[in-house]
Amino acid sequence: MATSQTWLLRPFQERSTQLFLGVLFAAMVVVTFLHLFMPEDSALHVSAYTVTLLGKYLCYALLAVAVDLVWGYLGILSLGHGAFFALGGYAMGMYLMRQIGDRGVYGDPVLPDFMVFLNWQELPWYWQGFDMAWFAFIMVLLAPGLLALVFGFLAFRSRVTGVYLSIITQALTFALMLAFFRNEMGFGGNNGLTDFKDILGFDLRSDATRLGLFLATGIALAVGYVVCRAIVTSKLGRVSVACRDAEARTRFLGYRVERVQLFVFVVSAMLAGVAGALYVPQVGIINPSEFSPLFSIEIVVWVALGGRATLYGAVIGALLVNYAKTVFTGIMPDAWLFALGALFVLVTVFLPKGIAGLLQKRRQKDDDQPGAQEATA
Amino acid sequence: MSIFEQLANRDQVFEFLTPAASPVDVRHGPILYMEDVSVSFDGFKAINSLNLTIDDGELRCIIGPNGAGKTTMMDIITGKTRPDTGSVWFGSRHNLLRMNEPDIATLGIGRKFQKPTVFEALTVFENLELAMAADKRILPTLTAIMTAEYRDRIDEILEMIGLQALRDKPAGILSHGQKQWLEIGMLLMQKPRLLLVDEPVAGMTEQEMERTAELLTSLAGKQSVVVVEHDMGFVRSIARKVTVLHQGSVLAEGTMDQVSNDPDVIKVYLGEEA
Amino acid sequence: MSIHRLLARMVLAVCLALGATLANAQAQTNAPEALLKRLVEAGQAEKTDLLKALSETGDERARGWLEAVRDGKLAMIEDTGALVIVVNNRGRNWQIADALTGEDLGEMSRRDLQSLRVNNALRADIEGILSVIDLTVADPGQRLDAARNLLGEVNEALATQLQARLQVEDNGQVRDMLTNALAIYQVEQGDVEAVATLSGSLNPTVRAALNNAVNSDDPALAAAAEEALASIEQKLKLNRAAETLYFGLSLGSVLVLAAIGLAITFGVMGVINMAHGELIMLGAYTTWGMQQLFPGQPGLALILSIPAGFLVAALAGIAIERSVIQYLKGRPLETLLATFGISLILQQLVRTVISPLNRTVVTPEWMSGSIMVNEALSLTLNRLYVIGFALVVFAGLMLIMRKTRLGLEVRAVTQNRAMARSMGIKATKVDIMTFALGSGVAGLAGVPLSQITNVGPNLGQNYIIDSFMVVVFGGVGNLWGTLIAGLSLGTINQLLEPWAGAVLAKIMVLVLIILFIQKCPRGLFPQKGRAAEG
Repeated sequence: MATSQTWLLRPFQERSTQLFLGVLFAAMVVVTFLHLFMPEDSALHVSAYTVTLLGKYLCYALLAVAVDLVWGYLGILSLGHGAFFALGGYAMGMYLMRQIGDRGVYGDPVLPDFMVFLNWQELPWYWQGFDMAWFAFIMVLLAPGLLALVFGFLAFRSRVTGVYLSIITQALTFALMLAFFRNEMGFGGNNGLTDFKDILGFDLRSDATRLGLFLATGIALAVGYVVCRAIVTSKLGRVSVACRDAEARTRFLGYRVERVQLFVFVVSAMLAGVAGALYVPQVGIINPSEFSPLFSIEIVVWVALGGRATLYGAVIGALLVNYAKTVFTGIMPDAWLFALGALFVLVTVFLPKGIAGLLQKRRQKDDDQPGAQEATA
Repeated sequence: MSIFEQLANRDQVFEFLTPAASPVDVRHGPILYMEDVSVSFDGFKAINSLNLTIDDGELRCIIGPNGAGKTTMMDIITGKTRPDTGSVWFGSRHNLLRMNEPDIATLGIGRKFQKPTVFEALTVFENLELAMAADKRILPTLTAIMTAEYRDRIDEILEMIGLQALRDKPAGILSHGQKQWLEIGMLLMQKPRLLLVDEPVAGMTEQEMERTAELLTSLAGKQSVVVVEHDMGFVRSIARKVTVLHQGSVLAEGTMDQVSNDPDVIKVYLGEEA
Repeated sequence: MSIHRLLARMVLAVCLALGATLANAQAQTNAPEALLKRLVEAGQAEKTDLLKALSETGDERARGWLEAVRDGKLAMIEDTGALVIVVNNRGRNWQIADALTGEDLGEMSRRDLQSLRVNNALRADIEGILSVIDLTVADPGQRLDAARNLLGEVNEALATQLQARLQVEDNGQVRDMLTNALAIYQVEQGDVEAVATLSGSLNPTVRAALNNAVNSDDPALAAAAEEALASIEQKLKLNRAAETLYFGLSLGSVLVLAAIGLAITFGVMGVINMAHGELIMLGAYTTWGMQQLFPGQPGLALILSIPAGFLVAALAGIAIERSVIQYLKGRPLETLLATFGISLILQQLVRTVISPLNRTVVTPEWMSGSIMVNEALSLTLNRLYVIGFALVVFAGLMLIMRKTRLGLEVRAVTQNRAMARSMGIKATKVDIMTFALGSGVAGLAGVPLSQITNVGPNLGQNYIIDSFMVVVFGGVGNLWGTLIAGLSLGTINQLLEPWAGAVLAKIMVLVLIILFIQKCPRGLFPQKGRAAEG
């Protein structure tokens, strides 16, 4: 058991976290090296395209960690985490939109193109302030955090849990998707926000910016992982597991279960928001399809494949599934949904503890993940 | 303690301002006082104008046939179920009907479930750690540190419930009886004023039962203990005062000898065994 | 041409022949042909009477002749004296047809033809006569249409004819319409009492007439008209409410149909089947498949699809239960994920095997059209069928759950599995049967849905969230709850739609449900009981 005095430093004393951070940073260094110093015609050269693709995977990995935090340790299967991801993405997108300035098609110094197109005369109040990076970056955390706070407050207070919660989180993201599809919402409707030019003054199309975004995502993943790890190794983490496995018992011990749930849920939503915010400048667009229930449920299967209540399993799952998706959609796009569907079925029926479960079986001695033993949901 | 709380303590006029964790006032006698409590589910009266008082430091046994309302009574005391009518007071200051489960638990009422409920994914040690009386709000829990003092307290309880050898094993692997003990241990970690113990010896061997009886009797005096039990032998071995519940209200109350000679009780409950 | 019309013609022909033999002498001069002949030679004054007589013969060609006269298209071939109808009078050569037989006579120079001349007075008379002709046809529906066309068109001459017609008209609706037509004329003439007659009508022409009357110089008339308008407005409001309710109920019954199978698999068995929507889709595709099997008989195919859709979906349900769900018993969240995977596979299967595009399902004739309740309210038939179908399916399920051995066993197994097994109930079999039933009902839902929505691979996805919302809103495990929840959600949606728009209304309903569930986590009709331990 970790014995550090400060909860945030505790994860660094764990072997699993050290290993995770080591592998992650090593990978980042290798990719940077191969991208910068290998000649372009070399087989080892990593193109800017690949760097961005890897950056996208890392965003997904952070998102998966956020989902694992609530599903694995709190037993709350959120089918709406895509909503938090998308909200973070939209907050970033709004900043990038304002950065375009008068370089848009219509050349309006303030209004984004789609607003000019819709004949809007002035910026809606909720677009104010997004021209400032610090404000936008705070909103990246605040917007998903606030939604999670309000939604979680209502849901956990009335003790909506289990399948019910899953279904209403799905309804939540579905409702948001419908809302963001509307032009009147002021978020670009169907097309979303796109045609970004630069971020913090750096040209988004330059290779250096792309590499920078990739590295930033890697660091965000590392920080997110450590924060989650710190929470789950703290006493609060054990209380979360207690809520997951015997909610009533926890309550009778004097813990306010709904507050524990709310705290972890909001932290997770914010992490998802950060993932979304880093995702948008790398793919260059954010539109309402990120709110689709299918995307949210896909995240869950990454976590399920990697192994619940391990955090690093979520990362493995996200990377594997998304790599497979890239490969599949490249060579036979029709087969991807078959493969994804089969993955859902096979993982739940044959691999309930995921890949991490397989790994743990192989090294039983290493016993520093008590929470992973009995992941019941 | 905040300024507001200090103000409130000095000036007792505004009683609603007194902090929830303030000491339970038992100067006027009973620690638990239930009056005319009724609750019904879909027309079925689970509790029917029940009156019950438990004195401070008392060990009380509650018996009664299935469906007599024993578990529902505990649900009401611990805030899980709200009664339709009646009042429930903890000491003379705390109206339990206005509080939720965590508040009631923090106030000093511990409960052991009928079916032993421990956190199976956590180790025995961690189970006790979570139960330990401490600041149970979010941030203090997040930053909580395991001090040597806490460790000693947990080990003390571990010894008392005889699970030292299983200290770092997940609670899921414990036997039924061991889980019962662990749950009692968790109750003790809470340092409650009142313990509600639902069927503590189900699934225990004769020896384990004896030790449980010893433990519960030793607690009495320092803490009030309410035991709901089916096993007559066990009740006889620990009971000083027995309450018989039937159809949601008190049928008889007295020493074990008194109630077992009560004709009503014989008719509804003991008749089968006597 | 339909068989009905052919039959009607034959009957009419026989009647005519019969009539001809009974009154032969007079028939010579009053026969339509003779009247037509006289018309050509008659002076302007006589023409109206002749035309009237012509219309009263009951000859079904009379209408065509009158129209031809009105349009100046009745002509006589100068050489032969034969009467023809000019089909096309463009250019120098006119295309003509025999006026009596309708036979095509080819083209003829316009110089050889002598057209019957008409003036405006005659034209107006003809219009009146035409309306009256339509008032005498056998089909009450046509008579009603004719009477409706007369609203606001009545003049003095017509008024007397209508009075006469009223004496013999035996259909109530037609009578009312005629009375209204007359009353409008009377109001136009300043008759205050006639206003009262109009106050019950919802016809827009009537309202226009009353609106005119409000501006009349006669204060009594204006006041009466105003009062009548107010009472009409009241009625219209009621009708609009009824229409919203109807739309709401029809949307609601779609929701009920989609959700009721889920109420069984999720509500009763506790199995989260995310592939439920795809089972509905299978039912819809079965309907499409049946129509491919029976081309040209969409009605028959649709009826056969009901058992077929049930069977296909039920078999698919059994396959899902056996292959996946049975291994995930007691792990609802895993079941949710696995069945979601199945739904993806089913969707993609349809895309690959059939087509990614929507399929067209033909609506049989007896399902199209609408029933007109009154002037302001008409109910479309297909929605009416959906409502009826939903109620029948609901009643059927209720019977199965309440009155059959299967229902009893299902309830026993859900309440206490171990106890039910020890009483000799084969729990596994009951599981399969229940799941098959729930899935089959989903398939049933697909059949009517194919009539009112696009049949495509995404059909299921569009209904799955709604279905879950209905079940959760109604209270899990309660079929009545599902019915009431479905119908009320449909109605709420329709109520919100006029001022919020379709998308926003849907969002609002979703938010409403999310808030509602947090208020009542167990739905409208929760299952109560002693709080469970743990």
